[in-house]
Amino acid sequence: MENMKLKLKVWRQGGKYTKPQFVTYDLDGVSDHMSFLEMLDVLNEKLINLKEDPIAFEHDCREGICGTCSLVINGYPHGPMQQTTACQLHMRHFRDGETITIEPWRSRAFPIVKDLVVNRDAFDRIIQAGGYISVDTGQAQDGNAIAIEKDQASHAFDAATCIGCGACVAACPNASAMLFTAAKVSHLAQIPQGKVEADSRVQRMIAQHDAEGFGKCSNITACEAECPKAISVEHIARLNRQYIASSLGSEKVVS
Amino acid sequence: MPFQSNVPPGELSDKWKQYRSSMPLVAPNNKRRLEVIIVGTGLAGGAAAATFGELGYNVKVFTFHDSPRRAHSIAAQGGINAAKNYQNDGDSVYRLFYDTIKGGDYRSREANVHRLAEVSVNIIDQAVAQGVPFARDYGGLLANRSFGGVQVSRTFYARGQTGQQLLLGAYQSLSRQISLGNVQLFNRHEMVDLVMEDGKARGIIARNLLTGETERHAAHAVVLGTGGYGNVFYLSTNAMNSNGSAAWRAVKQGAYMANPCFTQIHPTCIPVSGEYQSKLTLMSESLRNDGRVWVPRKQDDAAAIREGKRTGLDIAEGDRDYYLERRYPAFGNLVPRDVASRAAKTACDEGLGVSPTGLAVYLDFDAAIERYGKSRAHSLNEYSADDMRIRELGVAVIAEKYGNLFEMYEKITGEDPYVMPMKIYPAVHYTMGGLWVDYNLQTNIPGLFAIGEANFSDHGANRLGASALMQGLADGYFVLPYTIGTFLSQEIRNPMVDPEGPAFKDAEAKAQARIEKIMSINGTKSAETFHRELGKIMWEYCGMARNAEGLQKGRRMIRELRDEFWSSVYVPGRIKEYNPELEKALRVADFLELGELMMLDALDRNESCGGHFREEYQSEEGEALRRDDEYAYVSAWEWDDNDPILHKEELIFENVELKTRSYK
Repeated sequence: MENMKLKLKVWRQGGKYTKPQFVTYDLDGVSDHMSFLEMLDVLNEKLINLKEDPIAFEHDCREGICGTCSLVINGYPHGPMQQTTACQLHMRHFRDGETITIEPWRSRAFPIVKDLVVNRDAFDRIIQAGGYISVDTGQAQDGNAIAIEKDQASHAFDAATCIGCGACVAACPNASAMLFTAAKVSHLAQIPQGKVEADSRVQRMIAQHDAEGFGKCSNITACEAECPKAISVEHIARLNRQYIASSLGSEKVVS
Repeated sequence: MPFQSNVPPGELSDKWKQYRSSMPLVAPNNKRRLEVIIVGTGLAGGAAAATFGELGYNVKVFTFHDSPRRAHSIAAQGGINAAKNYQNDGDSVYRLFYDTIKGGDYRSREANVHRLAEVSVNIIDQAVAQGVPFARDYGGLLANRSFGGVQVSRTFYARGQTGQQLLLGAYQSLSRQISLGNVQLFNRHEMVDLVMEDGKARGIIARNLLTGETERHAAHAVVLGTGGYGNVFYLSTNAMNSNGSAAWRAVKQGAYMANPCFTQIHPTCIPVSGEYQSKLTLMSESLRNDGRVWVPRKQDDAAAIREGKRTGLDIAEGDRDYYLERRYPAFGNLVPRDVASRAAKTACDEGLGVSPTGLAVYLDFDAAIERYGKSRAHSLNEYSADDMRIRELGVAVIAEKYGNLFEMYEKITGEDPYVMPMKIYPAVHYTMGGLWVDYNLQTNIPGLFAIGEANFSDHGANRLGASALMQGLADGYFVLPYTIGTFLSQEIRNPMVDPEGPAFKDAEAKAQARIEKIMSINGTKSAETFHRELGKIMWEYCGMARNAEGLQKGRRMIRELRDEFWSSVYVPGRIKEYNPELEKALRVADFLELGELMMLDALDRNESCGGHFREEYQSEEGEALRRDDEYAYVSAWEWDDNDPILHKEELIFENVELKTRSYK
């Protein structure tokens, strides 16, 4: 279909919208081959031609891997399609005449920059707290010196596919970032190179997670349902085990 | 300004080893007193920032993204090459070197490429130690696959997300250095100018993208790891925000731009579907292992498909032209990227394209589905399996190998590629050209270095698959951390550079004036509109096939467009606020100059080589005709608003014999 008509209810905040509010736009001439973000491009082009303030939204790779896009569409982070980022969502999944609500990620730890753009620096700080293996360039031994069982490596990979978009936080009623944190803890804890620092890593990352103002995890698992990379809450279970074990040990792990 | 390759003497295989052991060093106590600015946090910039931090330098790293992890390196799918020879199939450092020189159609510097092949093995070790979950075999050891243009299996991979995993490895190392206080991160900061003092690069002017304020940042050296400029074509597989501005700002300060016309056009991308299209999506090269490329033999059939009256399934086997298999029987569907792209264009130019726009060819998995289906039925002892059962089994095998790509295709096009043959068309993917650098990766401006896709150094006129990740990480982890010492060892007596000095204030004032100028035009057309028009000119006249007449015309058209831009662009919002439209306008302004230089470079190079195909220079069979006697040089352009000046670096081949590439 080449000429869909849509009603868009968009969250505007900042700039001339000193009072945050939903603003409704009518948009026609939408092709069902457009991606959701291309539909917003068309709207912005119209707004610019009218010398109005275009809607700020973040995006970059538009192929579902960079994790930049961050829209809540009709109440769902990244929209109604499972395992699909907003940039990979296409208009053929919407009906002609439909009203679509578009909001930013909502979390105290993700302050709004403008309109649909949020600040996710907290995620970087969680990684900085310990989401790495302490190895300097040049210190590595041969890549095949340690064999890693194929399935084990594959499980680690499943966690490592996190794109750091923040949909888990947006989906969670507690605004917890536990799936994000667990994905990194679990990725590194499952491979031999990451085991050395596993105990201190989980302690430091959890401490940073809490300090950033993210909520506690209460096993609602909405994060898994909305994660565009289908990262499993099993990784949260692994994080919990690691966290408890490292809290009860006879040696203090965080100095 | 100095313009020497500075390749050290000695045997090719010993150059780097000897040079590394004899180059000047900076003592640890002095490293603490030296500051380095790195712009960009992709594989090259991120790896360099982490490594410099580990070495003890004071590092400031800049990215316009909200997080270092979002750099476009993240989108690389296929893999990373390394001469490990883990497969015992005859690979070696020399073979990787040779394949890269040949794949680049003999337009790269021997010594740089050999060094790249040497350090490739260290990259894999480093990445494994960082926790990168590469694919492994049942014995738990690293797995490999093969890629276009080579005859060994040397590509390491992490499913279809190798770039993501390698970037996260570098990002994690960088995060560690940030937490240790060795590296200071400036996210959402864009470099808007380079600051020069006494003929050296001494810092940058950055715009804080959240507040719109400009900032002065000083250092003893500046490193650009800012990626390629493929988005000059508007439509490309690059991320939306990838741009050439940091490099171009350096060019405006006197840095040379090398081989700007060398662009890689990737043959297997999802075709354009409409005018609103914002970017193009790559379908991995690995698909050509099993997919067969074809168009209808008859124009009538193609026309019927374009009008929607027939589909690919209606075309009988005998009415299909598997043109790659026909034209290149030795390599068939696995010819290198430049050759495959040109052949697709030729077919569509002849009116045989199969999408409504006329710009698409089929990539068909039917034969593979049948072949795999029969094989699977045989191994399941289903000797009397009917066609439907064979197809079902074959589809399952294809899904195992390429499932994620098929899903992505269906998400974007809404067509099921297991039933309908995929439609593909070439798209701009990578730029081999970039800032001119010497063996130390230093530009002709002392103290300014360029790494990764931002420099021109290693891929000649055509890059081989899985070599971009290798080069970015080689530069960032294992080359620049050594070679920057040749410059910084001369700087130990110099105190911290003062960002309050006149050079910085002057540069900041100029940058602000440029921003104010662009905002004050207050015309009628968006920056996006100009960008789209520029892209069309570039694609038409400086795309897959070029000729002198078109290039001259294209250059004139860009000039006119540039004039129109500076008189009628409209940028909404204000300077001192978060304003993505202003960011875009500043980048488009730079693309308008860079695009002109690309036309000029393509016009100068009266030969066809790699991704640069001049229609005047082709064999009778329509193959590229290289002219080594006259054009075995790197073109290094000094910008001038009227007439850019060409400097030539002769390429000297001491180890490799120049031959015509043949895939027939």
